[in-house]
Amino acid sequence: MRHAYTWGGIFVIVLATVTGDVLLARAMKQVGDVGELRRRSNLFAVVVRVLRNPWFLLSIVAMSLAFFSLLFGLSWGDVSLVAPASASLTFVGNAAAAKLFLHERVDRRRWIAAALVACGVAFLAG
Amino acid sequence: MTFRKYLVLAGVALFASIGDSLLSRGMKELGGVSLSHPQNLILAVLNPWVILGIIFLLGFFASYTTALSWADLTYVVPATSIGFVFIALIAKFLLHEQVTLLRWAGIVLITVGVSLVAGGPELTHVHRKEGCLPEQDLASAGSER
Repeated sequence: MRHAYTWGGIFVIVLATVTGDVLLARAMKQVGDVGELRRRSNLFAVVVRVLRNPWFLLSIVAMSLAFFSLLFGLSWGDVSLVAPASASLTFVGNAAAAKLFLHERVDRRRWIAAALVACGVAFLAG
Repeated sequence: MTFRKYLVLAGVALFASIGDSLLSRGMKELGGVSLSHPQNLILAVLNPWVILGIIFLLGFFASYTTALSWADLTYVVPATSIGFVFIALIAKFLLHEQVTLLRWAGIVLITVGVSLVAGGPELTHVHRKEGCLPEQDLASAGSER
């Protein structure tokens, strides 16, 4: 049961994290370069601009789900398993989702990097 | 890529790895949360270690949001995974944990992956002209807005 809870938690973490990442990336591309914006207006205006973006608010919902499933997973499994396992699956999921939904140009260099990092993280868990 | 931007990426990696470790410590004190008592997850945020972890994860979220405003998701995520290497090094040299050969192999793989992606362009899909540096590209995209 402990295993089932741990891996069930990891599965929900990965799904919610990828969703949250894609939504946040889309929101921040619409908002624009934060450093650039701050040079032209004050911090408060930038924060309001970020908070008013609907994709940003949706990403917060997805990330809250990811946070509570992380707490759930950590209450059953070791951090040295839960954190790397969910991270390595998230890398591959993110690369695919970024290509599909964000139309990022995921070239061979980035696929290799994502795969290397995912393998490396899996080794850390072993 | 300016020095300030590398600093933001380092912040993402550090806040995430320290925050996760703090959450883990807190949740180990509380023990396994059963699915029949999900309210215990809400009560978990009252644990001091979890509170400290949340503060670090807020720092993570702020730097992550900033990074995503000027870089691709497929750049930020691998580039900041250097945090796992930080955790392993902290475990080895500060906590004197045993770091096995397999883990060192994992650290090498992550480092190679991170340097591969961090050496490339951070933005690939904003009206990009061929042979144009990302910095200049962003500056011209900014003036169009």
